[in-house]
Amino acid sequence: MKTPRLPPWLGGLLSGRSAVVGIPYAWLLAFFLLPFLILAKISVSEMENVVFKNLISYQDGLLTLQLKLSNYVFITEDALYLKTYLASLEYAAATTVLCLLIGYPFAYFMARARATVQPVLLMLVMLPFWTSFLLRVYAWKGLLGEGGWVADALVATGIDQLLYAAGLIAAPGKLLHTPFSLVLGMAYTYLPFMILPLYGTLAKMDLRLLEAAADLGANPWVAFWRITVPLSKAGIIAGSMLVFIPCVGEFVIPELLGGPETLMIGRVVWDEFFSNNDWPMASAVAVVMVLLIIVPLALFNKYQAEAQEAGR
Amino acid sequence: MNLAAFNRWFARGWLAAGYAFLFLPIVALVVFSFNDSPLPNVWRGFTLKWYAALAEDHELQAGLWLTLRIAFFTACGSVLLGTLAAFALVKYRRFTGRTVFSGMVNAPLVMPEVVVGLSLLLMLVSVQRAIGFPERGLLTIWLGHLLLGMAYATVVIQARLQDLNPQLEEAAMDLGARPWQVFTLVTLPLVSQSMVSAWLLTFTISLDDVVLSAFLSGPGATTLPLVIFSRARLGLNPSVNAVATLIVAVVAVGVVAASYWIARNERRRSQELARAGQA
Repeated sequence: MKTPRLPPWLGGLLSGRSAVVGIPYAWLLAFFLLPFLILAKISVSEMENVVFKNLISYQDGLLTLQLKLSNYVFITEDALYLKTYLASLEYAAATTVLCLLIGYPFAYFMARARATVQPVLLMLVMLPFWTSFLLRVYAWKGLLGEGGWVADALVATGIDQLLYAAGLIAAPGKLLHTPFSLVLGMAYTYLPFMILPLYGTLAKMDLRLLEAAADLGANPWVAFWRITVPLSKAGIIAGSMLVFIPCVGEFVIPELLGGPETLMIGRVVWDEFFSNNDWPMASAVAVVMVLLIIVPLALFNKYQAEAQEAGR
Repeated sequence: MNLAAFNRWFARGWLAAGYAFLFLPIVALVVFSFNDSPLPNVWRGFTLKWYAALAEDHELQAGLWLTLRIAFFTACGSVLLGTLAAFALVKYRRFTGRTVFSGMVNAPLVMPEVVVGLSLLLMLVSVQRAIGFPERGLLTIWLGHLLLGMAYATVVIQARLQDLNPQLEEAAMDLGARPWQVFTLVTLPLVSQSMVSAWLLTFTISLDDVVLSAFLSGPGATTLPLVIFSRARLGLNPSVNAVATLIVAVVAVGVVAASYWIARNERRRSQELARAGQA
């Protein structure tokens, strides 16, 4: 078969690694890293009307660097910001635990199902992911609202009393715009992100290890905790990070399902920017948010890299 | 009942409950789009009037058209950049700044969208002040979506590239193919399927995005999710249910058609391989 011969300069550019690496690299530097540096810069800038003063100025032979740290000082001193950061971390953590509780057995049973039905089961988990996330969150507004299917079921079974006793909802029967509806909505949205990596590690597991454990006298329960769970550690960490990290900065779900007392940090960035027009403050809040998730982020990247190395 | 049977039924029950949890909201959206009553959650009989109202809803229609255009360009750009990034990560094990590169590729997957949107907007505003371009609108939203889409496309294509048998490319080179021919005749056909999946995935991601669009949109550039979001904020709205049902229908048809197409290609390829093996 004949392929059109390319002019040598184009061929050299396309087959050369310089283009393959260079184009996406330059793109990410320009549209991911640079904006982030600008965000960091603006967070320490003085805003005069709509113009930012330069951080470094040269005047009368004097080079001065001006950093306005008052935004950061304000964040650490103001109780509201601190409370909001903590609440965001708490809601994200609660969501992660809930996803793990639902998702681990789910992924486990999926991975142990007959090999012929596994592709179908997998596709069914991914299917909701293809339909609009915004619309599915919106649907929970109806399901949990007055007379909604889930709300009626929870009231009929008396579960709302339990939730009320646990302090998760404001009053029995009032499910929407509470910490409960917020965490449920986030767990619902991010559950596939927990299931998929868990299924990945559990499906790859060598089942002969469990036979060996049984031969050596371990009962199934012991074998599960001492073999299956440790071997799925990579999946647990990847799944948890994929749920936890985006939940911390979530905006849409708290806006639709949360209430006045479930203020989260994504909302604060939004309000500082859109309502207060305080760009430096919004930037500072965003920078602190990134600092908060940088540890789980690094952890995630490390395990991601290890999984990719192992996949070779 | 013995223990094995109990375990089996427990597993089935857990899976069934999980799938019910995942699909219940979609079912509810569809059912209530046919509800005659304007009040949410009160069933009063079947109607199609919310669908008829969509034909008059110019705000939604304009939003849909803009969203589809952005999603198309996002998907094309994401696959292009994602393919390059995936090749860079899989084929070149060693280059300057590889760790930084792979970190930057994965970061938009987990970075809060509020941060990505805000930082990109601040940069674009600075650029616009310096050179008077670009206006906020289709182009700026596209840039934001591309960042997210590229990350997803890279993950999908990278996974496929890693599974490739390197001997196929080596065989082509042994038979005298030039690097460019190896790429177009061997590698590209083998990863083309994952490129299609990446295209569809990034298309739906762009179709769905609220936060990046909100930061990067300008006056007159309101995407469909922004319209839906502002209506959903105010409360339940039957027109949203009707739009949702249409989207679910289109996606369902699309996913079924795509997976049928992929399965057919896979079969044909394995048949060809089997025949090549016999010859």
